[in-house]
Amino acid sequence: MEWETVIGLEIHAQLATKSKIFSGASTAYGALPNTQACTVDLGFPGVLPVLNSEAVRMACKFGLAIGAGISSRSVFARKNYFYPDLPKGYQISQYELPIVQKGQLDIEVEGEIKTIGITRAHLEEDAGKSLHEDFHGMSGIDLNRAGTPLIEIVSEPDMRSAKEAIAYMKKIHALVKYLEICDGNMQEGSFRCDANVSVRRKGESKFGTRAELKNLNSFRFVEKAINIEVERQIDLLESGKQVIQETRLYDPDKNETRSMRSKEEANDYRYFPDPDLLPVILDENFLAQVKTTLPELPDAKKQRFISQYGLSTYDAEFLTDTRDLATYFEKVVETLKADPKLAANWVMGDLSSFLNKQNLEISQSPVSAEMLAGMLGKILDNTISGKIAKQIFEAMWNGEGTAEQIIEKQGLKQVTDTSAIETLIDEIIAQYPQQLADYRSGKDKLFGFFVGQAMKASKGKANPTQLNDLLKKKLA
Amino acid sequence: MSLSSAEVDKIAHLARIALNQADVPKYAENLSNILHLVEQMNLIDTSNILPMAHPMDMAARMRPDAVTETDQRALFQSIAPQVDVGLYLVPKVIE
Repeated sequence: MEWETVIGLEIHAQLATKSKIFSGASTAYGALPNTQACTVDLGFPGVLPVLNSEAVRMACKFGLAIGAGISSRSVFARKNYFYPDLPKGYQISQYELPIVQKGQLDIEVEGEIKTIGITRAHLEEDAGKSLHEDFHGMSGIDLNRAGTPLIEIVSEPDMRSAKEAIAYMKKIHALVKYLEICDGNMQEGSFRCDANVSVRRKGESKFGTRAELKNLNSFRFVEKAINIEVERQIDLLESGKQVIQETRLYDPDKNETRSMRSKEEANDYRYFPDPDLLPVILDENFLAQVKTTLPELPDAKKQRFISQYGLSTYDAEFLTDTRDLATYFEKVVETLKADPKLAANWVMGDLSSFLNKQNLEISQSPVSAEMLAGMLGKILDNTISGKIAKQIFEAMWNGEGTAEQIIEKQGLKQVTDTSAIETLIDEIIAQYPQQLADYRSGKDKLFGFFVGQAMKASKGKANPTQLNDLLKKKLA
Repeated sequence: MSLSSAEVDKIAHLARIALNQADVPKYAENLSNILHLVEQMNLIDTSNILPMAHPMDMAARMRPDAVTETDQRALFQSIAPQVDVGLYLVPKVIE
């Protein structure tokens, strides 16, 4: 039997505001428990929520970036359920009238472009955190996170494989970071994902019964959890059993999903408009103003890198992965005013590997774009070879100064003086008469040996092209 | 539409309200009467009417994004039944 997987994702992105969505408490991560939870977040009687304008602006920014309509009138609703990390007994969310309406996003999987529909995105408040370690047989509640603004981005059930789901999730992740509306930190829970997964027989038009997977806090887990859940559902159906609609928790240690609770009861959220909050009315001027703050989006940037700098699709994709990396690259090119491909190679090669090794972000690089451009300029004007450049790059990384200073200090200037290189070659030839004879009798491979010896004698400083040419002449 | 006693029990459970079992039939009747009123209202054509989100015809006032609250944990926790290392303690919840 051939089965088709159907996936829809609900992504929660914490908005990067300084204060909470309905209170003036700080949203900074990592504070001592409950030191950033005020009376509004704690649900004290008599308090009133007041909407944070920045959260609204950020949600609109997201909506505009996915080509969605922005509701001129949206309404906050109460979603009622009982859980200790939700002190009010309801979460303030949006239900019938979300702020962001239907939009879409293109993903690319194995060279194929596919459009994924986004049903809606709405504003809501985050809940607190429950800590289940043993506190005298009780659970501990930290409400610092309660009231942190979120946008929940709901996709259409348009994805047909775990790979597509990951591609979509990565695309949203890159987008919210580009828009600077979310820091995207998955370890800290700033960017979270639930997946609705079902299977159906190929060719069937009706969807199968879905399970909602929770606790997918890394890209890798999303892929593994979906694949294992699809397997479970197919096994059930092929043995004549039924899939139950329920919430399932992914356990990365056992690589399995297991039932959390039956949804029938828990799902009865009894939404109704929150009488504490008035409708949000947005006018044209506000949206026009938000529009002016939209940066160049990842896809547009990628296309521009290909056409403007003559980069390959792979290079353009790599360099536009984050806004900071793209900005860094463009600064190098702008300073260097030549050879974008050389700049791309160095940013993607040595710079990225040094950053990875020390687990640094591009913004923390000890080698600035100007410094890298300065060094690349020295390669282009033949002051140094590409090989010496690697040595200089490492020295710049370790804080030994600019390329110019390091070249000066360590005497790394490339030897381009023909007579000096010739002298060097003469000495080598005189040193290895046997190899010379063998080469002349047809052992062409020995050319590499002479290049190596001459390079070594010059301490890597001989200009490689000149060395090759002169060596060829001398050996002939 | 009328509510059965079982439905009243379910609603009470969702709202975490303890009901005296003897009162359930009375609640079922009262709540059913409210639903009957809603049924009457449902007969009115409201297709051209914007649903009311709030009795006041006003738009939300928004505040600037600024941290205005200070840490008052000690004060808030002074009335909590049980706390430890800054956490509020509640009966164990496990999913």
